[in-house]
Amino acid sequence: MQLDAKAPIGDARFQQVGTRPVRPDGVDKVTGRAKFGADQKLPGMLIGRVLRSPHAHARIRSIDASKAEALDGVKAVVTCADFPDIVSGEVMAVESDESLRDIVYNVMARGKVLYEGHAVAAVAATSATVARNALSLIDVDYEPLPHVTDVDAAMRPDAPILHEDMFTSGVEPTPDKPSNIARRLEITLGDVEQGFAEADFVVERDFKTEAAHQGYLEPQACLASFAEDGQAELWCCTQGHYSVRNACARLLGIDISKLRVTASEIGGGFGGKTTVFIEPVALALSRKAGRPVRLVMSRDEVFRATGPTSSTSMWVKAGVTKDGRITAGEAVLKYQGGAFAGSPVEWGAMSAFACYDLAHVKVVGYDVVANRPKAAAYRAPGSPMSAYAVESVVDELAAAIAMDPLELRLKNAAREGTQAAYGPKFGPNGLVATLEAARAHDHYQAPLGPGQGRGVASGFWFNFGGETCVSMNVAGDGTVTLSIGTPDIGGTRAAQCQIAAEELGIEYGQVRAIVADTSSLGYNDTTGGSRVAFAVGMATIQAARAIIEDLCGRAAKIWDISPDAVVWEAGAARPASPNAGDFDPLTLADFAKAAANTGGPIAGHSEINAEGAGISFGTHIADVEVDVETGRVSVTRYTVIQDAGKAIHPGYVEGQYQGGAVQGIGWALNEEYIYGEDGRLQNPGFLDYRIPVASDVPMIDTVIVEVPNPGHPYGVRGVGETPIVPPLAAVANAVKDATGVRMTTLPMSPPRVLQALDEAKDVPAEGGAEGSEG
Amino acid sequence: MSRHVSTTVNGDAVDFLCEPEETLLDVLRDRLALTGSKEGCGSGDCGACSVMLDGRLVCSCLVLGPEAEGRDIETIEGMADGKGLHPLQRHFLEQAALQCGICTPGFLVAAKALLDRDPEPSETEVRYWLAGNLCRCTGYDKIVRAVLSAAAEMREA
Repeated sequence: MQLDAKAPIGDARFQQVGTRPVRPDGVDKVTGRAKFGADQKLPGMLIGRVLRSPHAHARIRSIDASKAEALDGVKAVVTCADFPDIVSGEVMAVESDESLRDIVYNVMARGKVLYEGHAVAAVAATSATVARNALSLIDVDYEPLPHVTDVDAAMRPDAPILHEDMFTSGVEPTPDKPSNIARRLEITLGDVEQGFAEADFVVERDFKTEAAHQGYLEPQACLASFAEDGQAELWCCTQGHYSVRNACARLLGIDISKLRVTASEIGGGFGGKTTVFIEPVALALSRKAGRPVRLVMSRDEVFRATGPTSSTSMWVKAGVTKDGRITAGEAVLKYQGGAFAGSPVEWGAMSAFACYDLAHVKVVGYDVVANRPKAAAYRAPGSPMSAYAVESVVDELAAAIAMDPLELRLKNAAREGTQAAYGPKFGPNGLVATLEAARAHDHYQAPLGPGQGRGVASGFWFNFGGETCVSMNVAGDGTVTLSIGTPDIGGTRAAQCQIAAEELGIEYGQVRAIVADTSSLGYNDTTGGSRVAFAVGMATIQAARAIIEDLCGRAAKIWDISPDAVVWEAGAARPASPNAGDFDPLTLADFAKAAANTGGPIAGHSEINAEGAGISFGTHIADVEVDVETGRVSVTRYTVIQDAGKAIHPGYVEGQYQGGAVQGIGWALNEEYIYGEDGRLQNPGFLDYRIPVASDVPMIDTVIVEVPNPGHPYGVRGVGETPIVPPLAAVANAVKDATGVRMTTLPMSPPRVLQALDEAKDVPAEGGAEGSEG
Repeated sequence: MSRHVSTTVNGDAVDFLCEPEETLLDVLRDRLALTGSKEGCGSGDCGACSVMLDGRLVCSCLVLGPEAEGRDIETIEGMADGKGLHPLQRHFLEQAALQCGICTPGFLVAAKALLDRDPEPSETEVRYWLAGNLCRCTGYDKIVRAVLSAAAEMREA
């Protein structure tokens, strides 16, 4: 039997897909057995700690570690001298397109520290106390330099310069003076001037958003063990152990295959665990000390030296006709990505107007550096900010022409065939379906109480496929082990077991999925980009179909009929007509028992670079109540509607919707990096960097829309990232509805809301339509 | 100078040595290999290290090891009774109330403490009781539902 590994499978045939089984790693996680990054030990293990810069920007005149090295119990000290000075900008294949040079400079400061918290040295000692004491004995002579943390200030000609060799790319001719602008980019479709001339109303606004941290509950943690023969083992919490392996091997100058990385259970990532920070340091310490080294970040270090996302300064202009046609959209996006190039401004620019079918679009983006920690990917990197600005302006357009905001979106929504400003023509997608579901949802009709307001917003994410391998092995009793190479951050193993069981026609409980180490499978891209359910699912399907093809061949030999005359149905090989009924079906367990006599072990595998990831859209409805005395905004009701293509495990799809929405609510209302005049982060802890708690939010209603992705056999689209895109604007639009005040700065924390309400009192009310007539 | 401490952990008599500045969380994790309690912040803000100390819900990162002398400690490792999962554990699994799972032990210990004193909490009471436990993955919806449904099942039992 020839199997098409890409053949679609209809809904009627699904036995497992769409159900909600308990995850295979579940019991370990509710009993405390599951081993996360900091939960592993080795004999002779040392404790590592990192010395970090107290300055936002300073030249390192010298580092004297001799006193620390002499301290009893200290086994190794490393500085930048223990890492190669990489001069080229060679890019690593990881989600955020980082260059190796920047990675090594970020891992251990060289010449200058670029932000408060930048690592300058590390020690490994026999106890945490000794390690801590050793850090205080390392003498670093700093020459403090002027610093800049605000994105607009960093772009000024007189701003302190972080990198003397940073000459803005993307402008002609290349500037002859260095600046903090790493890159200028532009995305253009049509002619915006023509578009604005067609408009009856034009609205333009400036926006600013503060940096938000991914806020994963598990700080970065790893355990490194370097052996005398140059082979090394690394245990760490990461979204991508293959990219960790590749980066660490390069930074340590060893063969990639000599380093085996095992991904621990991972306590959240959201993009923040797609790069390396402490892992190369722990390996370098272990190599120097000749003993295993455990290195775990404190929460304070997580805030000061990992993540967060960009802070931004944005300008958006859009025009609309009286009958509701959006004629043009224009934006200037300035994203500060911390001390190194690589803010997600390009994705912000590409996605800014992606929800709309527009003839005229122009987006200019600036990738800006400042004295802050290097930005890491955060769930739909770059998109929530530009969506906040664009969706706020679209709300204003709707008000200007007194049209329902969902109606305006429906009139202008991107559809199949829409030419996106960033290049592609969209295939089948679910935006219109989410907007229609929102309009029909009882939430949208429900009455509001006093002081309450309602907002809607849509969001987009590209989704991704990428390099993926899986291996599927059938045991002697017919049960199956599935090895995947992507850390499971929210139920992946359950979804992959469902897919394997679906294909093989066996029970869900007969498959166990594990996350294999880097020596067990070929390269796998990182868990991120909303790629795992899609791409790993596709590989799992192919591996299962390879097994089925093999077994149908074995059955044909046993029965002495043509392989084309064997079909696989309901978990067994069966003779097809005209031999139907001539032989008893052979189940997976039957084949497993007879494996030795029919060709040996039964296994299937798949190595792909998955193409065909389907784009993703969602629409959110938010109700808020604003306390005009305190400025506190409370979310009173919230609904997420998103296209999943096909939901494998609806419980975990809903979980992605709910979790992303609440992260977005936190970003909208409370979360921000607060810097003092000294360039130091003032709120590096969960008390003062306040992520939402259970009492801050209501139940999050969800609607799963399923518009199949033609690029996947089941129609799956990634779902993880899109849910964080709409909330910033949905909440801001609700605040506008509740108070009449347009909040153009995030977060909408109580002091900012109070100030905006006060300022609005001094200005005579203009009514709903604030747009200028075009 | 190490201190000798005698305690009860999950019903078993346990003795350990620890430094005066070591937290109970460090002792549980590093000296007793009970790594189910997690350190998310070390400052009592996230609840991932929640344990019961003489029947009272505490953040074990805010308790010193020597303070455990003569006390009764219950951790996540003691929640399943050997015959099966606690209803809270089961409902968390059945309702997909965890994604990454790092906060789950703390939530379960805290939720059990709530149900031990109030078998029929309202949604609002559950939300405020669990406000000391941070979860970044779920948005709390499924956690709150799991606690409410486990409570309902336990009342019927």
